[in-house]
Amino acid sequence: MEQQPILSVKDLKQHFRINRKFTVKAVDGISFDIMPGETYGLVGESGSGKSTTGRSIIRLYKPTSGSIVFNGTEIGGKMSQKAIKELRTNMQMIFQDPMACLNPRKKVLDIIAEGLDIHKAYSSVEERNEKVYQMLELVGLSREHASRYPHQFSGGQRQRIGIARALIMNPDLIIADEAISALDVSIQAQVVNLMKKIQKETNIAYLFIAHDLSMVKYISDRIGVLHLGHLVETGTAEEIFTNPLHPYTKSLLSAIPHPNPKVEKTRTSLTYNYEESGLDYNAGTQHKITDTHYVLATEEEFKSFIEHQHDAI
Amino acid sequence: MEERERILKVRNLNISFKTDSGKVNAIRGVNLDLYKGETIAIVGESGSGKSVTTKAIMGILANNGTIDSGSIEYVWYDEYTGERQERDIVQLSEREMQKDIRGRKIAMVFQDPMTSLNPTMTIGKQIMEPMIYHYHRTKEEAYAKAVELLQLVGITDAEKRMKNYPHQLSGGMRQRIVIAIALSCDPYVLICDEPTTALDVTIQAKILELIQDIQKKKELSVIYITHDLGVVAKVADFVNVMYAGKIIETGTIDEIFYDPRHPYTWGLLSSMPDLDTDDDELYTIPGTPPNLAHEVKGDAFAPRNQYALNIDLREEPPMFDVPGSNSHKVASWLMHEKAPKVEMPESLKKRIEKMKKEGVK
Repeated sequence: MEQQPILSVKDLKQHFRINRKFTVKAVDGISFDIMPGETYGLVGESGSGKSTTGRSIIRLYKPTSGSIVFNGTEIGGKMSQKAIKELRTNMQMIFQDPMACLNPRKKVLDIIAEGLDIHKAYSSVEERNEKVYQMLELVGLSREHASRYPHQFSGGQRQRIGIARALIMNPDLIIADEAISALDVSIQAQVVNLMKKIQKETNIAYLFIAHDLSMVKYISDRIGVLHLGHLVETGTAEEIFTNPLHPYTKSLLSAIPHPNPKVEKTRTSLTYNYEESGLDYNAGTQHKITDTHYVLATEEEFKSFIEHQHDAI
Repeated sequence: MEERERILKVRNLNISFKTDSGKVNAIRGVNLDLYKGETIAIVGESGSGKSVTTKAIMGILANNGTIDSGSIEYVWYDEYTGERQERDIVQLSEREMQKDIRGRKIAMVFQDPMTSLNPTMTIGKQIMEPMIYHYHRTKEEAYAKAVELLQLVGITDAEKRMKNYPHQLSGGMRQRIVIAIALSCDPYVLICDEPTTALDVTIQAKILELIQDIQKKKELSVIYITHDLGVVAKVADFVNVMYAGKIIETGTIDEIFYDPRHPYTWGLLSSMPDLDTDDDELYTIPGTPPNLAHEVKGDAFAPRNQYALNIDLREEPPMFDVPGSNSHKVASWLMHEKAPKVEMPESLKKRIEKMKKEGVK
């Protein structure tokens, strides 16, 4: 059975005009789909446009051009009231810095219930509070925590509050923008396990934006590699990690430190520089390798990628 | 084997902070040794006291922090007479510390290159400043040396870059500048406090390789503070695992990665996803680190430790030597001869087996 993607992005462009002569092309024509219950990982270095993509999709920015179809509704251009409501309730975001994204003057109860308040999604105060308590328990906090303020929590707990806030509207898609980068290793694992558990229970889809590749590989079903606003390579996590084609993907993979001294001591990372590589992202088209694995290249570039396919990373 | 020269010796260091909620014992009896040309790493969660330890070594503790007891002995050779000097930094006055040690002998690279540079000064000036201040170099000498340093840290067009301001550079470039400043006074010891946490993976690898490279050229000793075990694996010769203000396991890199003995180290190693992990769930260390404002009775890790013994709740474990090694030490009652035999988790064992094989190929 053919499944409808929950989110389908086509040729999304997000340009920022700095002045008359200069426009930053943060995202320059990217397309991808996310299926329900799937985790799509978006990786790339800082400045490659990962966060901008996430923010354009949830309409924190107004996209320059391109279409974003969410649950069958077009949300890329001017939105109707109905589309806005659809978007604001069914797509949620988890932010990077759990210290900065919670209002310090509000109690946790009110922070989490804010979405409910705005959309008037309850009939009585008891119902509202009960929903919040349930969410708190789902993310591994207890109901006593509801009457506290954000500063009384540790980093990991705050990120849980951020997740609870995103989940309370029962969204279909959550955009996690570097949701675990600011946390300690042992806490990261707790939060990632929690996100996976919730996904199993509610069949939610994630757009997971991060630069920590080992974590992305672990959590994602499919991965898109973003560089300079172009999606240079997409594929399943397995394909990207075992058979990377694009030199940029290769250099990213080579840079991951392995927690294994014997390997790590002797390894040096590859360098990749767009200007010197002679590649032209604007001229490239998506070339198919397998059903799920695509790479951005021109005809000639594609040939040379295939030739160098099995070069050691 | 060559005689290793010890240049830094920390013994039984205790540091506490006065806060509104009482006295916090952030460091509880830390011992540390650093030898010439070698690299040690201090690993631990946030709040475990890694940064505080190194701040004490630099003598830049926050105002509410005091060194209650212990010594930080530092050995160096006088740059003019070549005489061997040995000093306990704890006993030095602030003035002597600033004049002789800080910056000149021990330099530090901070976590965030965005905040550790002065946005109103050109980077050239910032690199020249410590040389003029500490060594009374003339401007011309300092300028020449600064250009040299910029080239050393891999910045092209060094002369042009001297006139740039920090905001004109990218994050990786800024971190290179910070390293250049740290190196400007030819220190013997370089302390890197999470030097790459604020940077991307690709740039992280470059910066680490740069520091390693410079270390070889200048025979520096480096202390890394990090929570990223991948970074540790890449750079360190010796590893110290810290938990709740104590070093709970110390040893050479191979000993810590291939033969860990402390349950906390097991937890740390298991909770890292490597690229081949496909288990459904990542291992997590349950619970959160203890609050050091309360007095810790027994082993601080005991409440989170599934292997905890009864004695863990009553008495603090001493450092046990691991049989057959003179560098590997573990603070856990499990190492006591009368303790029950506890093996590391099965999954971690498999992983270590695999890691060993990977290294051979």
